[in-house]
Amino acid sequence: MSAISASEKVDGFTRKSMRKAQKQRKSQGSSQYRTHSTPVELSPLPQLKDAPSTEQQELFTQKLQQCCMLFDFFDSVTDLKSKEIKRATLNELVDYVSTNRGVLVESAYPEITNMITTNIFRTLPPSENPDFDPEEDEPTLEASWPHMQLVYEFLLRFLENPDFQPSIAKRYIDQKFVQQLLELFDSEDPRERDFLKTILHRIYGKFLGLRAFIRKQINNIFLRFIYETEHFNGVAELLEILGSIINGFALPLKAEHKQFLMKVLIPLHTAKGLALFHAQLAYCVVQFLEKDPTLTEPVIRGLLKFWPKTCSQKEVMFLGEIEEILDVIEPTQFKKIQEPLFKQISKCVANPHFQVAERALYFWNNEYILSLIEENIDKILPIMFCSLYRISKEHWNPTIVALVYNVLKTLMEMNCTLFDELTSSYKADRQREKKKEQERDELWKKLDELRLSNPALVQNNSHGLLRVQNNNNNNNNNSSNNINNSDTQDRDVDSAVAITTDEKEPDSMAAGESTLSAK
Amino acid sequence: MAGADGDDSLYPIAVLIDELRNEDVQLRLNSIKKLSTIALALGVERTRTELLPFLTDTIYDEDEVLLALAEQLGNFTMLVGGPEYVHCLLPPLESLATVEETVVRDKAVESLRKISQEHSPVDLEVHFEPLVKRLASGDWFTSRTSACGLFSVCYPRVSSTVKAEIRQHFRTLCSDDTPMVRRAAASKLGEFAKVLELDYVKSDIISLFTALASDEQDSVRLLAVEACVSIATLLPQEDLETLVMPTLRQAAEDKSWRVRYMVADKFSELQKAVGPEITKNDLVPAFQNLLKDCEAEVRAAAANKVKEFCENLPEDNREQIIMTHILPCVKELVSDTNQHVKSALASVIMGLSTILGKDNTIEHLLPLFLAQLKDECPEVRLNIISNLDCVNEVIGIRQLSQSLLPAIVELAEDAKWRVRLAIIEYMPLLAGQLGVEFFDEKLNTLCMAWLIDHVYAIREAATCNLMKLVEKFGAEWAQNTIVPKVLGMANDPNYLHRMTTLFCINVIVHCCGYPYREITTKQMLPVVLKMSNDQVANVRFNVAKSLQKIGPVLDSNALQTEVKPVLEKLASDTDMDVKYFAQEAISVLALA
Repeated sequence: MSAISASEKVDGFTRKSMRKAQKQRKSQGSSQYRTHSTPVELSPLPQLKDAPSTEQQELFTQKLQQCCMLFDFFDSVTDLKSKEIKRATLNELVDYVSTNRGVLVESAYPEITNMITTNIFRTLPPSENPDFDPEEDEPTLEASWPHMQLVYEFLLRFLENPDFQPSIAKRYIDQKFVQQLLELFDSEDPRERDFLKTILHRIYGKFLGLRAFIRKQINNIFLRFIYETEHFNGVAELLEILGSIINGFALPLKAEHKQFLMKVLIPLHTAKGLALFHAQLAYCVVQFLEKDPTLTEPVIRGLLKFWPKTCSQKEVMFLGEIEEILDVIEPTQFKKIQEPLFKQISKCVANPHFQVAERALYFWNNEYILSLIEENIDKILPIMFCSLYRISKEHWNPTIVALVYNVLKTLMEMNCTLFDELTSSYKADRQREKKKEQERDELWKKLDELRLSNPALVQNNSHGLLRVQNNNNNNNNNSSNNINNSDTQDRDVDSAVAITTDEKEPDSMAAGESTLSAK
Repeated sequence: MAGADGDDSLYPIAVLIDELRNEDVQLRLNSIKKLSTIALALGVERTRTELLPFLTDTIYDEDEVLLALAEQLGNFTMLVGGPEYVHCLLPPLESLATVEETVVRDKAVESLRKISQEHSPVDLEVHFEPLVKRLASGDWFTSRTSACGLFSVCYPRVSSTVKAEIRQHFRTLCSDDTPMVRRAAASKLGEFAKVLELDYVKSDIISLFTALASDEQDSVRLLAVEACVSIATLLPQEDLETLVMPTLRQAAEDKSWRVRYMVADKFSELQKAVGPEITKNDLVPAFQNLLKDCEAEVRAAAANKVKEFCENLPEDNREQIIMTHILPCVKELVSDTNQHVKSALASVIMGLSTILGKDNTIEHLLPLFLAQLKDECPEVRLNIISNLDCVNEVIGIRQLSQSLLPAIVELAEDAKWRVRLAIIEYMPLLAGQLGVEFFDEKLNTLCMAWLIDHVYAIREAATCNLMKLVEKFGAEWAQNTIVPKVLGMANDPNYLHRMTTLFCINVIVHCCGYPYREITTKQMLPVVLKMSNDQVANVRFNVAKSLQKIGPVLDSNALQTEVKPVLEKLASDTDMDVKYFAQEAISVLALA
């Protein structure tokens, strides 16, 4: 604590980034190496390629067993020789399963899965940083990655080997295996999650019997994330896999899938860290709507229900998603939701945060949306008029005012008569609203008097006056607003890989696989 | 409810319901929060026949509104006509208990639990219990989760056949295939066990407990640890070994650190629940392991419990157990690599001295205290300092003062103002224990230096600290040591320091009060009055505020001849705020 910057002297609240810069320390965690007894020193075995083919299988097994030894990577000086031997062996194993044919004999499966489970399945360590913020903080990296990476690589090669037989493997790669694999998606290490994503995608493709189970477990992970912990590092990766799974759903959609959309994907929008996975989430939602347009109305109503109230950054993301949906919406569906939707949009264009207003006003640059608006101008103009008219005079930001003028002009051209009517009745309408408000106040005043004249009740209901808990946690992540909204639309092309079928046509699975790969 | 009778026509339900349906969420929320008023306007009859059906049918709204509704309905018994009609409230609450948002659901369950008490035993079986069953066998996990919280409230008051059904439902939910439901069941297991007959605790609860404690998900297993406390309390001592201990031992060595953390966190409760014999044989080694756990989180949780655990050990061989089993682990934790572990330990370690007595403290604990006072992490040092009173009772603080002083000085000058703030808060305590001489000699300068800290929060705390010191050491001490230094600051070139003078005067006057009118009139008042000519408006209006505080202590002569002219001058100041506060002072002191 020797160097204290001038700004810290002046005010104690230094910025988070500055504090972080002071402790430039690579944090690494691992709970893999646990109370095992001290590792036995490994001795190198002969190279597989040098062994006669009759002994290769036996040697392969020995090497797999050798790789079950775990080492302490916190201590960078112990067991250096053995660590190196294991690393070299793993490399050799990776090479062996990816280049050779006929090495995956039935007896090798249990040995292989045993080696994998021993190495990768573990309880993830507590986060080094109790209030880890994935958007700001550096993740804690897995200390034993030099070995673990190779084990993941090996698992992937194993699954991709042309001789790989799911019918044999399903005895080992079972529900329990998948369950443990899914838990690892909470890893803070992005490298690990990237491997897991590819691996789970392969397993989903190859093991038909596990598909329903995998979907259900992902369901549970998301529900827990939304309603219980608000913390799970692998949401984006799981959504990416789901994006390709949804793409392959057979029509008509099963009730289970629709329920997933409405009860899991839509509520996911309430998450505090939405920015981390919004692109993938919006992609999944749009996939569903492209499959089945009749879902449009419930989806948009769902989004309106969870519309952010205080977090402008999230509001911009929601608007981005709405535009994506409008891009693929059918005109008949549009008619069903235009009223509630444009009521929200009219609030957005009047938002004092200029990025929100701007994002909403950009809708008028979209040709397709414009055509939908024109078709329904009689309904939409009355909803939008008041907000637009008001902010054209009041908004603090000149860019917004300019945009609003353009929008008003466009709308006027669409229906000039209606526009004139609305302009002339604007004042009268405002006054009518004011009067209504007064009437409401009157009503409540009368009701309150009634309440006061009844002391028994007042006492009985004293609880009712307690401040209601703030249920708005989801939306109060009101930090920096300098986001570039193109980010939210920038979807990962890889995620578009299709798993082309639901359970029904297993064979076409192989076709779309190759693009989703770990680096 | 008579008041409402004649007024029905005045408040047609349509108007009220319009309010509940208003487009604006905020208005809807306001209306729902006044639901009781609406119900009152409608009268009990129409509340039952019109309002409640409406609410039940239209439950699709923002969670915020639903939360308010769920809470309101819990207090609605009188508004529907008293306990005999309370079951009318069940339909809307049942719907609320199935929504996704946890906060809403929990509130609905809370209200259901509340009104369950208002049901007659018959109504409970006819209306309430069927609702619990419906929830328990709902399709979506939310209703099943809610059901878990309702079993225990109806169980004690229903017939034995219904009891059997309830037990069966609970059993089913404990093995639900959704982890959310199993978690809900596990978290209510202890509560449910408490209302069950002992035989069923042994036959039903234990097997559920064992199953949940070995669930595949650690989030379920850790909740079983909590239940363990209640269950162990219910069982007779001789059954604990066979029914509970195997599971508890397993939990203490669980492969997931979260479960071990939970065991550490609940250790004192567990210890009390299982009794002294099992504690000696099982919990002592388990506790040692937790103190040596590989995860810092677990060690910190265990370290937090060191004092409580030792306190609750059976007295006959408490000292021996601590000295041979616990203290060696504690010694290691003092130099732990993780600062949270060390600071957790530092917050309780001083408490051991009362348990171990003077000699052991001097020989074994003192070196540890001293080591922690020199720890690199300020929080550790602070925690030691904040608990000095425990040691003071046993060996007297003098033993520590040599090491204490450098630690205090270092903390007092820490670069982080929050650390400085924390140490200031302990100053009055330290002053009390170290005595006035030691204080004047070593610490007084520090206290004065804080008054000119560059962070306002520190200056404010330092001012407050002065007040407490004056309370402790008396007005005479204040006059000799504090007042001259404070008044000296009135001429400081920095206006913030000049203001600090005023703030200090405010508090000193407050504690010296009337008997020391002399100091106030002779020494402090002239300084304050002089400052009314300050060129900074902030200082001037603080003069007005100070005068308002000093005024009551002064005699009327001083008030009229000295204070009044100055305040009048300030009341015509060019600055708005100065004027305002001057006028306020004039009216409070009644000088107008």
